[in-house]
Amino acid sequence: MTATIVAFRLGDRDVEVMVRPLATLQSVLREQLGYTATKEGCRQGGCGSCTVLVDGEPMASCLLPVEDVAGHRVATLETLTPPEGLSPIQEAFVDAHAFQCGYCTPGMIAVATALLDRDPVPTDAAIAEALAGNLCRCTGYRPILDAVRLAATRRAGGREDGR
Amino acid sequence: MTTTGLHVVGRSVERSDRLGHVTGRTRYTADRTFPGMLHLKMVRSPAHHARVRGIDLAEAERVPGFVRAFTAADVPHNRYTILSLIGVEPEDELVLAEERVRFQGEAIVAIVAETEAAALEAVSKVRLDLEELPAVFDVEEALRPGAPIVTDWGTNTFMYEGHPCRRVRLGDVEAAFASADHIVEAVYRSSPIEHAPTETTGCIAVPEPDGRVSVYTNTQALYFSLDNTAIILQVPGNRLHFIGGTVGGGFGGKVDVIVEPIATLAAMRTGRPVRFVYSRAEEMLVSSTRSAWRIAIKDGVMADGRIVARQVTSYADSGAYSRQTPYALTKHAANAAGPYTIPNVAIDAYCVYTNRQPTSAMRGFGVTMASFAVEVQMDRVAERVGLDPWTVRFINAYHEGDLRPHRKRAEDVTLIETMQAAATLVGHELPAELRAMTSAPRPDGDGGPAR
Repeated sequence: MTATIVAFRLGDRDVEVMVRPLATLQSVLREQLGYTATKEGCRQGGCGSCTVLVDGEPMASCLLPVEDVAGHRVATLETLTPPEGLSPIQEAFVDAHAFQCGYCTPGMIAVATALLDRDPVPTDAAIAEALAGNLCRCTGYRPILDAVRLAATRRAGGREDGR
Repeated sequence: MTTTGLHVVGRSVERSDRLGHVTGRTRYTADRTFPGMLHLKMVRSPAHHARVRGIDLAEAERVPGFVRAFTAADVPHNRYTILSLIGVEPEDELVLAEERVRFQGEAIVAIVAETEAAALEAVSKVRLDLEELPAVFDVEEALRPGAPIVTDWGTNTFMYEGHPCRRVRLGDVEAAFASADHIVEAVYRSSPIEHAPTETTGCIAVPEPDGRVSVYTNTQALYFSLDNTAIILQVPGNRLHFIGGTVGGGFGGKVDVIVEPIATLAAMRTGRPVRFVYSRAEEMLVSSTRSAWRIAIKDGVMADGRIVARQVTSYADSGAYSRQTPYALTKHAANAAGPYTIPNVAIDAYCVYTNRQPTSAMRGFGVTMASFAVEVQMDRVAERVGLDPWTVRFINAYHEGDLRPHRKRAEDVTLIETMQAAATLVGHELPAELRAMTSAPRPDGDGGPAR
């Protein structure tokens, strides 16, 4: 159980952490670095509330040994938030009332960010597919789908009510 | 209704927590940390029903990072006060088990340690000497003679003023059944449902320099939790400062005030912050669920669709302890005939104890399953008499001032108007005579069931 030093990029920072083998990225973010936007819902990859982006791809940080992100780029909701104001996706979540208790929101925004970076004008089916691994137990899925669609429409410069 | 002078009704209001939620800055209970914080984990019963003969902590105490173990003897008033705080007795659930455990997962020993891993390791080293007892898992089996008795008072039912069930009586159902054109009978069953909030139940208790304890919690019932903790710890309420309001999903699952008392006790005894947050497994297997229900309905119906008698016999599985289920049965009994004016009603609603996970509040508890059963029953009535299901609901619906089975008058009734609006929303064209109806008081008298 020798501790090792792992270095990765967190948003626009370089970070180094000393960890025991198999420490998860989730526990390092929350407990060592104080980045608590990344939530803990199940610790078994089932709920999506711990989703972060690794090199732009959504990953369940509760199942990811932090050694696996050594040298890679990690984004959390803290790093996806601009220094001032909100990102277009965050604004769309506000405008579409896409949260109730808010606990799933960081994971939802991470997934939405990855989707729109890859597919700027996704179909409804593509949005639903992208969000399929993220649970909202308040069952407010429809406004979440609306928010992603609204963000895509705004980024494309289209009509907000158009589909 | 007039909206003159109202500032919020009819307008969209921005939520004050919106920026916190979309930036991840909202602080949920488990997002907080404190210097020297200890982690609390429970030793839980592996048996559904057992006598506790002994607890051996020797090996657990040797685990590196172990700080302290708590058993029943350490808890000043070792009983949850969930019922007595709403004026119902008796209290039946212990904070930590004494001589008997009644469900798999019941808390027996609380261990605090320097890290979560050390607490889990110490929990795994506690040796329990349990003598397994026969267990019962079904409400009807629990009511049979010779069934294992779960409670301390000798029956597997909550006693309502000397009766084994909450009873409601109006008119004479037997006479009405005898003169009815049809009898429609069915039994409706539901399974337990776990609230499964995305954020698990938890709290952090932090001793303050002035002798008070700050308790950060995701309870849905902050002052209820504070009162419960003060009574269990036998301290004045003003020694406790509860901080909450941010709940990552509750749905009724976070009103059982189970985690705060022991975490606060551990914080007071160790002088250090103590974190007690359920794992997902505890949330699923230990925290309350919605009760499993079995609801038998017998209706006497006339050929024109009027329901003249309704008899309801309901069993809710409370699990091993009451929590808020006895109260749920009272709510159930008041609503089990549905929003319909029926002149003869008999309701028997049983709160039954079994060796299952305790059950409690969940979204409309007591009433939700009554509505499910009653509305499926209404469709069956319609099918039997050959009428449209809308028609059967309209002709039996409450009117303003009608007498309900528990002797309350129905007030502010809008059922017919609500059904008319619902029909419009789903694109269903109602016949003219249903469109013309209103919930206005019945023209023929005192508002009683004029049949």
